[in-house]
Parts: sequence; structure tokens; C-alpha cells
Amino acid sequence: MANIFKRIINKILRNLFKRKKHIKLGLYGPPNVGKTTLANKICEDWLGEEMGKVSNIPHETREIQIKEQINIKSNGRELSFNLVDTPGIATKIDYEDFMKVGLKESEAKKRAKEATKGVIDAIKWLDDMDAVVVVLDATKDPYSQVNITIIGNLQARDIPVVIVGNKIDLKKAQIKRIQAAFPQYEVIGISAKYGNNLNDFYESLFKVAS
Amino acid sequence: MLTLQFIPYTEIENLGSARRVKKILDVVKQDKIVLLEGRLKKEEETDLIEITMEEINNKFKGIELAVIDPQTKNVPFMGKIKRSFINMLLGDRQGLTIIGPASIVKDIKKDPHKIELLTKESIKKKGKK
Repeated sequence: MANIFKRIINKILRNLFKRKKHIKLGLYGPPNVGKTTLANKICEDWLGEEMGKVSNIPHETREIQIKEQINIKSNGRELSFNLVDTPGIATKIDYEDFMKVGLKESEAKKRAKEATKGVIDAIKWLDDMDAVVVVLDATKDPYSQVNITIIGNLQARDIPVVIVGNKIDLKKAQIKRIQAAFPQYEVIGISAKYGNNLNDFYESLFKVAS
Repeated sequence: MLTLQFIPYTEIENLGSARRVKKILDVVKQDKIVLLEGRLKKEEETDLIEITMEEINNKFKGIELAVIDPQTKNVPFMGKIKRSFINMLLGDRQGLTIIGPASIVKDIKKDPHKIELLTKESIKKKGKK
């Protein structure tokens, strides 16, 4: 009952935000799918500066990062939002995995501890979002339970979602597989690294925010 | 040796969300793979991830999780309504939830037609062949 009440309040608040055309847009997804690369690309395109550090080691982003007042324009329309880049959501974190990619034991343990806190923060922030871009790696299996849980939760909270299949520049990328896994959502294939298909992505932001 | 523990829905149906999640995690932390009849609520699945993260330490590395849902694609509209109504009254008893400790279960591969549970031992054996 309390949950239903909370959802109704959230919906009312979201509608208020929508009228202002200034929303809180979250980037969610598993680790190492390119959320921060996409956040950087958005910030470069519209603010002329980067947002966060990226690396090949999972859980590079371990704290919520916020960039305020991003204004995107397309066909005479304008959309203003605060961009929230979140740590990757995972069900397991093993410090030994970080050691395998070259971190010392103490660094690996510290990173693992920060990463667990990052996942908790990302989940706690879900309720604050007005719209969410779920970023998935187009070269990986889309049927992982983390993807299904994130998208299912956003659906239960009535938060508008656009799914992005990133890394389409790679040969193994299969956007159709993501579309088959989540047929009720719009899925946009992009390469955040090379800026491919970002116009379609920006167009989808207008739809998700309207 | 792998130990599977089946938890019927009746064992969790009267528990609140926090106690359901705790019950499952308690079993998983004993290095057992839980086969739960039905599925948790969507909010409980995120609670499970959140509490798992809080409990991670040098020994407990987290969980692998998968839900097998019965196909509803070809179910007629009235059938879906009936299912939603039953779920609302009795909880979501359809399907099966598999939760294992990450130290034992390496991966659970899932597509709409099959599910594969890969343990660390089976991966080592594959590597030896």
C-alpha cells in the first residue's frame, strides 16, 4: 500500500517536472557497457566538456555523477535535463577479478568495497529519476537477470525508458537480439565511442521526456 | 559437491519482503543453490541485489540470479487477465527463481527456451578437455 502511494506521488512529481521540460535523466545498466562513455559524448556534444573517467576495468564509475543543465535542441524543440551517470549494477563483486586486471590486492579490495556501495546508491537513486536510458552492451547476452531486473523495476515504478544497445561498431554486436528480448521498448543501436547514430538517440530522448 | 535447496512458495508467502530476501540469502550464504517456486516481486529483486551488496566481503562474493518465467506470448488476453488476478491474490507462484552463490555459480545463461547453469567446477573441467 505504501509502495502504491509512493508511486502515485512520484508520478505527480514527474508530471510537474515534465511541464517544466527539465527532467532528471538517469543512465543505468550493468558495468562496462559504456554508460560514462555515452555521458561524456552527450556532455561533449552539448556542453563542450567531459563528465567522467572511463576505463576497461569494470566499476570505474563508483559514485553517482551529475551534470546539470544540459540543453539539447532538435527541429526547433528544446529539452533541458540533469544527466545522472550511475555505477553499473551487478549481483556479484569479487576483488580477485580486479587483481586479474592488474590491481594490487589492497587497491582491488578498496575498489570492490566502493563498487558495492556504488550499486546500492544506483538502486536508491532509481526512485528519483524522471526518465532512464538503460545502456546495454550490444555484443553481450541481453537476457541477463540484471538487465531484466533493472527494466522490470523501472516499469513497476512507471518511469519512462529508452534502451540503448551500445558498441554497434563491434562485429559481434546484435541489436536485433536486444529488440527481441525487450520488444515493448524502443531500442536504439549506437556507438558512444565513435558517435554513431546519436541523432536517433537524441530524438528518442525527446520522445521519452514528452 | 553441489547442494540444491528447493523453497516452495508457501514457505515465503506470509513473510514480508525483507524477511523473504533474508531467508534466501541465508541459504545461499551456506553455499547452496536456491530453487524458489515462483518469483519475487520486482521491488524484492532489487532489494535482493541491494542487500547482497551490503553483505559482500572477502568470503561472500555475491550471487547469480535467474528467473524462468512461463511463456505468456501466445496466451490469450483473458488468460493473461486470469494470471494477473491469481498473482495478485496468491503471489507470483508461476515460474522458478534460481539463486546461487557467485563463488560456486559462474554464470546462468538464459534465453527464452532454455537455461544453463555453469558452475566454476564445470568450467574448469571444460578447460581441461
